[in-house]
Amino acid sequence: MSANFYYGIEVFLNGLMAGVMYSLVALGFVLIFKASGIFNYAQGVMALFAALCLVGFQSGQIPFAHVINATFGTEIHHFGWHMPALLAIVCTLMMMILFAFLVEKFVLKHLVNQEPIILFMATIGLAYFMEGFGDLMWGSDIKKLDVGIPQGGNLWLEENTAFLGGDDFYGFYIDNLDIWATIFAAILVTALILFSQYTKTGRALRAVADDHQAALSVGISLRVIWVIVWSIAGFVALVAGIMWGSKSGVQFSLSLIALKALPVLMLGGFTSIPGAIIGGLIIGVGEKMFEFLIGAPFLGGATENWFAYMLALLFLVFRPQGLFGEKIIERV
Amino acid sequence: MLYREAGDFKTSYAKDQQTFPILFDRWGYFIMLALAFIVGPMIINDYWLNAVVLPFLIYSIAALGLNILTGYCGQVSLGTGGFMAVGAYASYKLMTSFPDLNIAFVIILSGGVTALVGILFGLPSLRIKGFYLAVATLAAQFFLVWLFNKVPWFYNYSASGQISAPERTIFGYAISGANALPHISYLFCLTFVVILAWGARNLTRGANGRKWMAIRDMDIAAEIIGVNPLKTKLTAFAISSFYIGIAGALLFAVYLGAAEVGEAFGITKSFLVLFMIIIGGLGSIFGSFAGAAFMILMPVLLKNIFVGQMGWPTDLAAHMEFVIVGGLIMVFLILEPHGLAALWRTAKEKLRLWPFPH
Amino acid sequence: MKFTKLTAIAVAASMLAGPTMAELVFPSLSYRTGPYGANGIPFADGYSDYFTLVNERDGGIGGEMTKVVECETAYNTEKGVECYESTKGMGSLVYQPLSTGMTYQLIPKVTADDIPMHTMGYGRTSAANGKVFSHVFNYPANYWNGASVAVNHVLDVNGGDIAGKKIALVYHNSAYGKEPIRTLEELAKKHNFELSLLAVDHPGQEQKSQWLQIRREKPDYVFMWGWGVMNQVAIQEAANIRFNMENFIGIWWSGSENDVIPAGDAANGYKALNMHAVGNDFPVFDDIQKYVVDAGKAAGAGDQVGTVLYNRGMYAAMLAVEAAKTAQGIHGTANITPAMMRDGMEALEMTADKMAGLGMAGFGPEFAVSCENHGGPGLSSVTQWDATAKSWSQISDFSPSDNDVIGKLIMEDSAAYAAENNIEEGCK
Repeated sequence: MSANFYYGIEVFLNGLMAGVMYSLVALGFVLIFKASGIFNYAQGVMALFAALCLVGFQSGQIPFAHVINATFGTEIHHFGWHMPALLAIVCTLMMMILFAFLVEKFVLKHLVNQEPIILFMATIGLAYFMEGFGDLMWGSDIKKLDVGIPQGGNLWLEENTAFLGGDDFYGFYIDNLDIWATIFAAILVTALILFSQYTKTGRALRAVADDHQAALSVGISLRVIWVIVWSIAGFVALVAGIMWGSKSGVQFSLSLIALKALPVLMLGGFTSIPGAIIGGLIIGVGEKMFEFLIGAPFLGGATENWFAYMLALLFLVFRPQGLFGEKIIERV
Repeated sequence: MLYREAGDFKTSYAKDQQTFPILFDRWGYFIMLALAFIVGPMIINDYWLNAVVLPFLIYSIAALGLNILTGYCGQVSLGTGGFMAVGAYASYKLMTSFPDLNIAFVIILSGGVTALVGILFGLPSLRIKGFYLAVATLAAQFFLVWLFNKVPWFYNYSASGQISAPERTIFGYAISGANALPHISYLFCLTFVVILAWGARNLTRGANGRKWMAIRDMDIAAEIIGVNPLKTKLTAFAISSFYIGIAGALLFAVYLGAAEVGEAFGITKSFLVLFMIIIGGLGSIFGSFAGAAFMILMPVLLKNIFVGQMGWPTDLAAHMEFVIVGGLIMVFLILEPHGLAALWRTAKEKLRLWPFPH
Repeated sequence: MKFTKLTAIAVAASMLAGPTMAELVFPSLSYRTGPYGANGIPFADGYSDYFTLVNERDGGIGGEMTKVVECETAYNTEKGVECYESTKGMGSLVYQPLSTGMTYQLIPKVTADDIPMHTMGYGRTSAANGKVFSHVFNYPANYWNGASVAVNHVLDVNGGDIAGKKIALVYHNSAYGKEPIRTLEELAKKHNFELSLLAVDHPGQEQKSQWLQIRREKPDYVFMWGWGVMNQVAIQEAANIRFNMENFIGIWWSGSENDVIPAGDAANGYKALNMHAVGNDFPVFDDIQKYVVDAGKAAGAGDQVGTVLYNRGMYAAMLAVEAAKTAQGIHGTANITPAMMRDGMEALEMTADKMAGLGMAGFGPEFAVSCENHGGPGLSSVTQWDATAKSWSQISDFSPSDNDVIGKLIMEDSAAYAAENNIEEGCK
């Protein structure tokens, strides 16, 4: 076999890994859409906000330091502590739960029974708000995020596969971070499925997802459920924020990862957790393979962004509700 | 008091169905137009034109276009930025290939080119519906941006891929380029806005508009009563793209003067125009203007208050801008979920009865 | 239309409260927010702090106090237009938009308004031809100089022969990133190296394909034209595939602390070009500490002093101040206008003595600007990152670029611009 064949396999594997990273972002969207029918535009900003809080807690930054300094002419920046990563994650989770609670209390509560497009718009407002708020709170400089996840190519794999393809082949390259992301994603999805199948709250969640009114009529509190769902989505955002933030540092651009999740959602369906995962994998593999086989050699590269959508479009033409979306039944 | 319909009798169907059924409204509208055309050019200066008025006028056209597609025909589109890019690059190619062609025709032709591209990317709408349709338009967005960035023919093989608008004149006055006179470009854009808004209003209340709305409200039912979905959806895509293409061409040629596709026509632009019509009001001509005004003027206004008046550091002001714009969007939606246009309607209803509400 | 009215009142009010015209106004179109905010902050701080220093230490320029008017653009060209229009009436002396897109847009406008623009190490490269671009300056170095200096550095390392070597360019898929391509292609012909191009789309968080390709093709050197998050990810990915960092060379916009710190120790040995010195080992920083930071007058959070981009902002400010002094000398008045400032920039001469006098000996290259040449000699140095010490160090002198190749390209590109816009060549 020629080296190029193995490189093709390598690109395929890396596509899968990239797909997992996209799925992590898409999961948050799916959770909220399932439970409340809201397309949450703010999901990307939530990931940024969560990562900002995590780094802030870890490095002992004083929230709103810049505002305080500018208003009172003080010079404060740090509390001078370094929080262990786990504790910081717990603190960030608390923040995200508080955030979910506030969103429910001040926004969603007032918009019950509105059309989806209006709820979508409200999340746009939320995204703007959090973008400014996050920057006010933690500053807009770039921050290093390190919670101890190893990065860099997996040497073991590389050395043990190098014999496959002769001299021109250097072994399969897979990033350790991606491997960890896959493990976390697997744990996350398993936990979510167990939670929704075997706990009382989980069953209530599914009931709400099926039918708001029926759920209300059997005594399930919509408001409590929404807080829970937004908290879980906040947690998923935190995981996505950690994974993407470890690679690029925490900065404004982190909120743009939401764009990477859009084709995944379209492909997998807005309402299916397995759909988000499998959609992610298809998009990841599809765009990487296209870039490898056609994009870079013939089209001058940087084709991934649009090809992801073209691929999703192709699937949708055959299955308009997405791969795992609920069948659309239309009645007049 | 002044704003009422008592004594304003309608004696024909045409009169009953006119756009501004209330005399006061009608006069208000004509006076506003007169002010905009006569007083506007006299008082306009560079700052006002470039910072506030031009972007407002141009984005109003884009918002009108998107509103036709999304608000009236119910087809969600996130490809506005890409279609604006088509308009901009079409106008650039036309301007440089035919230096003698009048700029007004260039702009209109650019709209036509965009309409064709719009029809092409509208085809999947026959199969894919709702939020899922956004994927087709997103594909258009990313593909078009990539295309204009990649193929050197579109930017005349310049070193960096930037396009710059050469100077073009209308009736001997410069419209584009460095020596453009503020009041001339203002009048030029205003004319486009008025004609296009008038066109949109009449299209949407005619047979076409009714078909669009029938498709929006329930496409299967519309099909049963004899609305051809293929033709209806594609006309919506074509006309909407025509408007958006004109907006793109004006944005490039008259307002920015130079553009780079990824930066000027990226996905953020698509979202921006979508926000405008949702905030302003879906399916409303007035809403398109109100939404554009909100999204364009609010940041400028806030910046001037925070930095100009209160002397805050610019970064704090920029962050506060986000917080306040976001907060306002949420507050508006909670108070009036159907956008600024609905707020305006309610206000008018109240005014009709004022000062005796009972 | 109530917003129109509200804005009208606010804008009118803010215009009335504008600054008095007796000061020398230097607008700073900064971006402290948005996708590139992390890089915009140190530059804006440095720019503003130097003017504060000049006011506090020297009592302004030639007795006239300076005033920096900051306007937030968020790297958005439309906000840039608003900023330009709102500040140009204040007697703004020179614009530094710090964005390639904004530069292209402002070139015709500043020329018509008779205000000079300085794009230091960015913007339209062919603006170096002062005969066509009368109001645009891009001294001391531009992208094409950068590309050439990078190639020269590779030549130096290889004893002057790089025939058959492979060089890959990883670039931001935008006007900015595409700038060096033509120069590199010409140089590839001249020196017989193989050039491969890898585009990365904005914002550049996902670059796996590109770096897998680099891993497959094993280029000898990788050049990078990146900005914002693309830099951090690229450096991280390069480290991940264990590319030799010493062979990875970034342009000056890919060479700040922001870009290398997120990758930690793995970034050690990464190289970047620069047109000014790095570090804070200059007497001028003592003055900044004394007059600006300790006095509580530092811009922003005041924690950026001595970083690469802070130094660049400060260097840009220093060149502006020197040009203003030159202009005051030429026209014999302290209260100069933008048109006089342009003359000053055109006659600017940076000598070693002058820089030493400012406490910045060797901070930048020596150069002189002329009417024909607005780009200076195009000298640039190579710096290298030391991850343990967390500092950049300069590993080569300010060295010249291949002006045979670049000069020709500049003439071609500016001639095309002149033809497209009916500009007659000046400097007769």
